[in-house]
Amino acid sequence: MTAAAASLVQRRSIPLVRVGLLVRGLPALYLWIFFALPCLLMVLASLRVAGEFGGLAPLFSESGRLNLTVASYGELFSTFIYFELFLKSLLYALITTVVCLALAYPLALAIVRAGKTWRDLLLLLVILPFWSNFLIRVYAWMIILGPDWVMTRGLNAVRGWFGAEPTTLMFSPIAVIIVLVYVHLPFMVLPLYANLEKHDPALIDAAQDLGANARQRFRHITWPLSLPGVFAGSALVFIPAFGIFAVPDLVGGTNGIMIGNVIKQQFLETRNWPFGSVLSLVLTVVALACTALAARAARPRREAP
Amino acid sequence: MALLEIQNVTRRFGTMTAVDGVSLSIEAGEFFTLLGPSGCGKTSLLRMIAGFDAPDNGGANSGTNRDTSRGRIVLDGQDLTGVPPERRPVRTVFQSYALFPHMTVAANVAFPLKMAHTSADAIAGKVKEALADVQLTSLAMRFPHELSGGQRQRVAIARALVTHPTMMLLDEPLAALDAKLREQLQIELINLQKEVGITFIYVTHDQSEALALSHRIAVMNQGRIEQLDEPSKLYSFPANRFVADFLGQCNILDGTVAARDGNRCTFELTRIGPITVAVEDGMAVGARGALALRPEKVSISAAGPQYGAQDRSQSTASGAGGADENHLRGRVTDFLYSGDVTLYVIELASGQRLEALRANSAPGRTRFLEVGDTVDVAWRFDAGHFIRE
Repeated sequence: MTAAAASLVQRRSIPLVRVGLLVRGLPALYLWIFFALPCLLMVLASLRVAGEFGGLAPLFSESGRLNLTVASYGELFSTFIYFELFLKSLLYALITTVVCLALAYPLALAIVRAGKTWRDLLLLLVILPFWSNFLIRVYAWMIILGPDWVMTRGLNAVRGWFGAEPTTLMFSPIAVIIVLVYVHLPFMVLPLYANLEKHDPALIDAAQDLGANARQRFRHITWPLSLPGVFAGSALVFIPAFGIFAVPDLVGGTNGIMIGNVIKQQFLETRNWPFGSVLSLVLTVVALACTALAARAARPRREAP
Repeated sequence: MALLEIQNVTRRFGTMTAVDGVSLSIEAGEFFTLLGPSGCGKTSLLRMIAGFDAPDNGGANSGTNRDTSRGRIVLDGQDLTGVPPERRPVRTVFQSYALFPHMTVAANVAFPLKMAHTSADAIAGKVKEALADVQLTSLAMRFPHELSGGQRQRVAIARALVTHPTMMLLDEPLAALDAKLREQLQIELINLQKEVGITFIYVTHDQSEALALSHRIAVMNQGRIEQLDEPSKLYSFPANRFVADFLGQCNILDGTVAARDGNRCTFELTRIGPITVAVEDGMAVGARGALALRPEKVSISAAGPQYGAQDRSQSTASGAGGADENHLRGRVTDFLYSGDVTLYVIELASGQRLEALRANSAPGRTRFLEVGDTVDVAWRFDAGHFIRE
């Protein structure tokens, strides 16, 4: 707190503690209600017993004993398939993030360097997809990726030249990743744009003046300064892509299934809520761990030249 | 041949001419200053030397003389046309410092060496040396946001110096600092420049800074060089009204040369009357012009009915040719007290205003002239400088 604010607090004789509570309390309360509490409920649900007809069995058995078990956690390790599915989802989410970054970075740079009128128009185009429903956009991709459309036909034509068998794009991991990239691209472009737009052009001039060519200027100045934007965009793409179920459901087929689909299955079809909660918890922990690792890597270091 | 030759350089932005046919040459080891009001073209010229901008080529001229009319910047015998900034042996110190915020002080200073693929061992030694030059050795591991304004400025200078460039360009490097610190850094800059022997081109709009630092100054206005000379010559012998007025305070008194007699002549001031001035170039009888008279050369003393002697002295001014001093009568209308000196504004009987500077050097408490006091205004016949129209 600044000295001025501190003196104000003292003069008006509000105890500092109460101001501190207000400043830190509201965000904390928000996080508790929307993040910590649901997580705690999930932890509790993961320890309970599944009901006979779905849902959860009563917390207290008829004999009055607490009805908790760690059996659902055992189920996680009973077979290799969940580990494999997590790994596969992680891989899809990572590929999606990297492809989004590779596509969004030049786009964001181009928007920043465009003139005022072009910049507004390009930003509008980036946001435009949000004006229509998510499912409609995915269904549109089902047509685009379908066997009768240009993409599949073109691919098969090229494969034909090399003597390979015709194939389909739809209902494959490729289709999942294409649509995941499409759906998440704006979430990468916008934070990158917000970051790049704030860069001081004098720094690029200075780097050039000090002997850096275009490649060196990007590598040593633009890229490291944009890391907060890269990190924010990557988190916004990676976390939802990791747990998504709608896209693999619609375009993935049996090969393209992700961990999100299994979680959805546990709640809606198999009706095993405790095990669904276990999987959700693991998903949250892995996503948080990945985010924390990336944040650590992106921090500037005090290193000798 | 001079180290840097700027030949007939012009730069237009739309209908505005930022730099208008400028030619100048700068010698190796010189501390050269481009001085002028904002928008005079000094920064445009600097950016063209650094390579961020290029002179217009003389496309307007047709045919054969096209090549000769084209503006060129030649450094050390090499034509810099088409050479990008990163390949010019010139370093800029930016007004905003432009330190890289994600790098420590040491990494900032090492940056140009790294770009030139210097070996790691050599980098460490050179960075140490450059930081020692600007007395920042102890702050090597700080980030720019952990430094004061003066320290940041020093880092920017160390970063520009570390590769020992042929020339250093400084774009108003002290503008953002407070007066006391600025003075200190000015002295450091002079010493540093002497020590490293690198040619400095310094851009500023602050005339006192320019006078204090430079070997030579080019005063610029509206894209042209008005006058180029040593600081003391510029100050004492301004070539025109703009230079006289821009460089310090100056009284400019219009008139006509009425008569000449040996090394003195009678100069008829418009609406005021004749005064005696020393003969300078171009002072033919009948020539119109102005007398540039610095306020510190004008002395004033209280004159009232009780100072009868002062009344007589005025008559010597009218007696053309002979007098050593010119005397006029006036009234104090304003004064600006600034501690060491006081600037008085005197209104003459003709309504013309004159500024006079008086050092507050008398022992004990200084008695100030008050607004409304009648004063005797005097200056030596050779105190001013004639500017011919």
